[in-house]
Amino acid sequence: MGQGIVQAVRLLLAGDPEVWSVTWLSLRISATATLLSLAVGIPLGTTLALSRFTGRGVVISLVNTGMGLPPVVVGLFVTIVLWRNGALGFLELLYTPTAMILAQLVIAAPIVIGLTLAAIQQIPDKFRLQLLALGASRSQMVWTLLKEARLPMLAAVMAGFGAVISEVGASLMVGGNLKGSTRVLTTATVLETSKGNFDIAIALSLILLALMFLVNWALTWIQQRRAA
Amino acid sequence: MVIARRLFLALLCSLWLVAPALAQSGTVILSTTTSTQDSGLLDTLVPLFERKTGLSVKTISVGTGQALALAARGEADVVLVHAPALERKYVEEGKMQNRRLVMYNDFVIIGPADDAAKIKGLPKAVDALKRIAETQSRFVSRGDKSGTHLLEQALWKQAGIEPKGASYIESGQGMGQTLGIANDRRAYTISDRATWLAFQKRIDLPILVEKDKPLLNIYSVMEVNPANGPRINVAGGKAFADFMVAPETQAVIKTFGVDKYGQPLFVPIAGKSDADVQ
Repeated sequence: MGQGIVQAVRLLLAGDPEVWSVTWLSLRISATATLLSLAVGIPLGTTLALSRFTGRGVVISLVNTGMGLPPVVVGLFVTIVLWRNGALGFLELLYTPTAMILAQLVIAAPIVIGLTLAAIQQIPDKFRLQLLALGASRSQMVWTLLKEARLPMLAAVMAGFGAVISEVGASLMVGGNLKGSTRVLTTATVLETSKGNFDIAIALSLILLALMFLVNWALTWIQQRRAA
Repeated sequence: MVIARRLFLALLCSLWLVAPALAQSGTVILSTTTSTQDSGLLDTLVPLFERKTGLSVKTISVGTGQALALAARGEADVVLVHAPALERKYVEEGKMQNRRLVMYNDFVIIGPADDAAKIKGLPKAVDALKRIAETQSRFVSRGDKSGTHLLEQALWKQAGIEPKGASYIESGQGMGQTLGIANDRRAYTISDRATWLAFQKRIDLPILVEKDKPLLNIYSVMEVNPANGPRINVAGGKAFADFMVAPETQAVIKTFGVDKYGQPLFVPIAGKSDADVQ
């Protein structure tokens, strides 16, 4: 472990181009997937929170189940769809960063939907009625609710990002762990472990943890600053 | 409105990643085994190929069983694997074509130095497995349909033994992890020599049986039948197969590993037939 820390610092300080590119790719893919999952998840979560329809309970249960989707299962299904023989085979996306973003989007979206739903629902119903009574239009009302729910929503961002940057099963399957194009921190860690390069594997793990900390630190800073 | 603008920006950012992925002609998908990747051989050969042809290679490194299954579905353009019997089956079925030998190295039977089953120095791998089974010594199997696992199964079959019971451990993982488990459980296992060499610092399992003919580990390259599916890069697959057996490539294989392990990891055999080697 001590040797791993020394190795990690050395790899970063030496500016090992491969380690940097793997780190940068991890961040790029997972950040893109998280942003897209927000674009999909916030509207869906809000709609689900504010609407009433038959079967709503089932839909919410499905979303809650989706919050714990096993990444390997997502990886397998996205792979099958993207196969040359598959439904979207003509796009030739398998083993590209785009395929990884797609898989990570599927993993993160239910988390964002579920946490958005919870965030909006924890606002008392009376507040919503009051807004409407004060003459707010529906879109103004939704906008105010989202602003009110921004603290738990940032938690949704952190949870979504944390889930996708740390998963390995889906990235390995749909990305193929290709050097220089789809190798990210988690898949590189698996590879180096299987090669017996435990020092490098530990170093990559520490870099991953540091990256997650930095991103969450920034998000927490935004969250707490707005809270104050 | 701030959120809408941010979302729009997010979508723009994602396009930046999608755009380069749309143009993919000139890509060859190689499905191969973990050993060619873990030994570092492909890290040396693939850049040479890419510089020479301008094609880019996507190396999917999985077990031999999966590598062949993917190619049979048309999900790869060329395969580099090490399971001659299974390869011949795929060629007979017409899924693969133009099978050519590339190189070989060998498998070794390794185990704890105290060698409870007393197999050290046995000339025949089959006899070693018989003794391991008779003494109920622990044995770790890959259990993953890899080339190594297929060879192990063939040896058990020859020995007339169906391995089972608590002393037969199936790891279901790659060679590296399997070596770690065998080391930890003080068990026997079969490994390719290249991976065993690479793990010397981590494990304490000496070679007990080696150099028996059935322990030869022969790698061949095969092209994928274009009829297996849509969008197969036939020319690219053939170009890679030709590259693997070309004299310059064979010369690189011949010396690969000398700088790191003091001995070459593979013996090039392009142009030879199974009968020449075995």
